[in-house]
Amino acid sequence: MESWEIIYKIVFLFIILGITLLVAMYSTYAERKVAAFLQDRKGPNRAGPFGLLQPLADGVKMFMKEEIIPLTANRTLFILGPAIAMTTALLTGVVIPWGGDLIINGHKVSLQVADLDIGILYIFAMVSIGVYGIMLGGWASNNKYALLGSVRAASQMISYELAMGMSIIALVLVNGTLSLSEIVDQQQGWHWNIFYQPLGFLIFLICAFAETNRAPFDLPECETELIGGYHTEYSSMKLGFYLFAEYINMFISAAVIATLYFGGYHFPFINRLPLDPNILTLLGSLIFFLKIFALIFLFMWVRWTLPRFRYDQLMNLGWKGFIPISIFNILITGAVIYGKELFF
Amino acid sequence: MQSLSNRSKIVSHKKMSFMERIYLPAILKGLSITIQHLFRKKTTINYPEETREFSEIYRGMHVLKRDDEGRERCTACGLCAVACPAEAITMVAAERKPGEEHLYREEKYAATYEINMLRCIFCGDCEEACPKEAIFLTDRIVRAGYEREPFVYTKNELVEPMDPDKRIDVSKRQTSAVLEFKKNKNLPHNK
Repeated sequence: MESWEIIYKIVFLFIILGITLLVAMYSTYAERKVAAFLQDRKGPNRAGPFGLLQPLADGVKMFMKEEIIPLTANRTLFILGPAIAMTTALLTGVVIPWGGDLIINGHKVSLQVADLDIGILYIFAMVSIGVYGIMLGGWASNNKYALLGSVRAASQMISYELAMGMSIIALVLVNGTLSLSEIVDQQQGWHWNIFYQPLGFLIFLICAFAETNRAPFDLPECETELIGGYHTEYSSMKLGFYLFAEYINMFISAAVIATLYFGGYHFPFINRLPLDPNILTLLGSLIFFLKIFALIFLFMWVRWTLPRFRYDQLMNLGWKGFIPISIFNILITGAVIYGKELFF
Repeated sequence: MQSLSNRSKIVSHKKMSFMERIYLPAILKGLSITIQHLFRKKTTINYPEETREFSEIYRGMHVLKRDDEGRERCTACGLCAVACPAEAITMVAAERKPGEEHLYREEKYAATYEINMLRCIFCGDCEEACPKEAIFLTDRIVRAGYEREPFVYTKNELVEPMDPDKRIDVSKRQTSAVLEFKKNKNLPHNK
């Protein structure tokens, strides 16, 4: 790798980091606005025009709050918890293809930080580590509610990761690759995976809700039963990190869903536009972000519509519902692909 | 047992059908309901900029009226304090000295007059009890505050300004029967 390439990658990494944080920040604003609109309210509209400075005000509030570490807590793990949650949430953005290739001064540069051959597996690995952040935080707080919340989070994530992984296996059968950029490239035009894998998409989407701990699967932090769940004992910016990590996770999940099932940065009729390739690439990235925002809106829409699942219903749905369905999905996909090879 | 309201239902333990068990139709129905609310008119009132429409006879903060010549009408008879169900009103009476005739309408007046706005329930019984048409409830709002002390309103807050232009209009609170009564100038009350 040449030196300019390394510099480019570092700069691009920071851009991605910035965009991720910005989107997550305004997701909190959007969440409150969407919640308000769905309930016939107006939402935050005091800080700045349309309340656009609300996230900043929230951030300042979080920083100003008193930092409390309980006496009985395990200090190291207590601080490590939110750090892990935040770090792993940010790490997943690395493998997502944010756009096609740009040509700058005759050099071809990719709008993807790392095109791993096993991009999907990498995302799964990071998400799995993210559970540790919640588990450690809940355990180290030395609080019954926090412990219950983290136990719930751990079991919920493990249960739903299985079904999620199996819905991905069917996807891999269709696309024949684990690399995210290649999966995107196979979805040009209208060849979006959602049309080939509708059942798999549904499973993946619902599991993504569960993985991000969002309603209707927000049992780890269900405030009616567990006060705050795993972050009951947290205050100040450590709490802010946990809440923020959730929004980053939501953004990343939306990006992954858009990449895997909605053609990523491709959109139909892209080749017919008489435009410069660089502009087309940037337009593709813009489209990708629009897809992501639409999915984030879906996340919020669902949250403010559905009530929370009961814990046994959640486990029933995961183990008795989604796992058999996803296995069935793999079988059907495999049979169709085999049949195609046999007869065509 | 016989049902009193005829609205009780017998709990059914019927198994959910397949469509009910996969939840999705119900979820889509719910989503369509919430999305409709996105386009509805918002019910929020932006308070300091907009205010809710008040009734003409709204019972808000009290006013101690002056008469047309600017003299305080209150004679510290104490009937309002007796009528007050929340015991929010207290006063100290004093005798009018010579030379104070332009300040107080009759020989006796209230040296201090306090209403505890935290106790007041804004029922309007004080105004009903007052024989001198001295106290009225108005459509002004008692402001919120951080401490308890300022909520005990004294004559400074309650008595209306001397300036005729700044007088507080309470004509809306006077019923037609009262207005009719006031026309009879032969009664001592109206002199």
